[in-house]
Amino acid sequence: MHHPNITLVSFGFFEKDFLENIAKAVQSEFHCSVNLKEGHIDLGEYYDPARRQYNGNDLLKMVDALTFPGSVKIIGLFNVDLFIPILTYIFGQAFLNGRTGIASVYRFSNDRYGIPGNNSFLLDRFRKEVIHELGHTFGLIHCPVTTCVMRSSTYVEDVDQKKQSLCHNCRAQLETQQE
Amino acid sequence: MARKISILIVDDEESVRDSLHNWFIEDGFRVESAENAKKALTILESDQFDIILADIKMPGMDGLEMLRRIKMLKPEAIVIIMTAFATVDTAVKALKDGAYDYVTKPFDPDDLTHLIRNATKQISLEAENETLKKVVSLENVEDLIGNSEAMKAMLREVESVAQTNSSVIITGESGTGKELVARAIHANSPRKFFPFVSVHCGALTESLLESELFGHEKGAFTGAMYNRKGRFEMADNGSIFLDEIATISTKMQVELLRVLESKTFIRVGGNKEISSDFRVICATNKDLKNMVEQGTFREDLFYRLNVVNIHIPPLRDRITDIPLLVDYFVKKYCMSMNKQPATVDPAAMKRLQEFNYPGNVRELENMIERAIVVGDGKRITLRDLPLEKTIVNNSVESLDDFERAFILQILNKYNWNISRTAKALKVDRVTLYNKIRKYDLKPADQ
Repeated sequence: MHHPNITLVSFGFFEKDFLENIAKAVQSEFHCSVNLKEGHIDLGEYYDPARRQYNGNDLLKMVDALTFPGSVKIIGLFNVDLFIPILTYIFGQAFLNGRTGIASVYRFSNDRYGIPGNNSFLLDRFRKEVIHELGHTFGLIHCPVTTCVMRSSTYVEDVDQKKQSLCHNCRAQLETQQE
Repeated sequence: MARKISILIVDDEESVRDSLHNWFIEDGFRVESAENAKKALTILESDQFDIILADIKMPGMDGLEMLRRIKMLKPEAIVIIMTAFATVDTAVKALKDGAYDYVTKPFDPDDLTHLIRNATKQISLEAENETLKKVVSLENVEDLIGNSEAMKAMLREVESVAQTNSSVIITGESGTGKELVARAIHANSPRKFFPFVSVHCGALTESLLESELFGHEKGAFTGAMYNRKGRFEMADNGSIFLDEIATISTKMQVELLRVLESKTFIRVGGNKEISSDFRVICATNKDLKNMVEQGTFREDLFYRLNVVNIHIPPLRDRITDIPLLVDYFVKKYCMSMNKQPATVDPAAMKRLQEFNYPGNVRELENMIERAIVVGDGKRITLRDLPLEKTIVNNSVESLDDFERAFILQILNKYNWNISRTAKALKVDRVTLYNKIRKYDLKPADQ
């Protein structure tokens, strides 16, 4: 079996421990080596003043244009509020069966929902989102299994309900893809 | 075997089309998009979509006009109208014109998820409803009446083959109930909740059969006013029953072989490859193997179809089933004619068991139906049965048996009028009396 090399590129400030924890989870779920990189761009170019959010489609294209030798998948990590033109917000998105995805930690913080902050929840939710978007890049579609990380989630409550791992079926599909 | 739901996105903004496209393919839907209403209508002429998500404001034809045209073409289509500027008037107008729902851009991701989930639920409920209607009307295995060893062996075969996906050829004389067996195989298979589609190959000319099996596109030939799904397409996830398979032309044999191998086909006059997951069950009263040897049926097609062969024995080989069948048909027709179940006179039953039934169960069924119509409705007697053509059945093992049965038949025909019977048999009255005595013949009601 071929084990891919995955690069996680952070844009904006993230704690080192936080990113390492995400990388470890990704490594464990996809049995691959994971590189952590920092991206330095002016996010202002992607800001839509009318919506006061950042354009997820443009950010995905920007990350897709980056090259990291030896890396087969790239996920851009953000801490800003993402949108796509048709939706009020997104947690992240990826090219299905492609190379690139993006995920934002912005909407995973308890503070956004008027409840006391909890870093453990934040980390847990973001881990799941990054693994979810990576799953899409490996060709996995949304899964009906409630606890599978590939389950579609539109609220943080949905994210909390699922685990950070793939269900048996999604795992089997992933392994077929990686063979 | 769940069918993939298909969505057509119609919006003049590329970013909207791309965003929705990406969103829906992550959910496993089949997604296509069009930048204007005209293009969408062109796509809809050659392809089917379960859900159409259309912007209301587009250059050229707007979403509402497109909605009206789609509803004219396909009234059951689920059309969801999107707009950046929601007003009560346009919402009401869209809903009045048949839109499934109306949403304001940009949507909350959760609203979109719920909207599509509800629409897909409606699609699957409608499909289930259609399937259940078909299942309810299915004659299932209970209609295969018989307690004879031959029948029991055949039912065991039906039961075991039903669980597989293998092609089946059902052989048997005309009227033995080949379609009933095919329906029983389908009704007991994992495909039972999907359609059972029956095609009578012998009743159609080559070109009609081609259009019937593969469907056709609008304008494919004179009279093709609309796009039409073929039987293979209709049988998706279910079973297709090809009756009288031996009658199909050499050209159709080639076409059929190709479809069976690839499970894909192109509609007549079309250019889009359509795939369908169906199981094939065929029937014939001909000896296909012999036809292969004579070169009138393709050998490769024969082997493709003849994975499992179920032979239905003729009724004359299972005369012990006749009383059960008679009882079943009497109840069936009395009930349909709103009559009390009639009784069958023992002499009539005996004669029914002596008949050889060249038309098999169908002939017996027709006889019983006729007897109930012409009889007094309470009791079926010899007089109600059209058994004039009786040729002795397989219980006849000697010339004496044959003579006995034949004389009895003619006596019954002439209501035991000795003179008329002797004349018909071209013997004198004394000879006839001697034969009656020899074979201990008696009128049925004595």
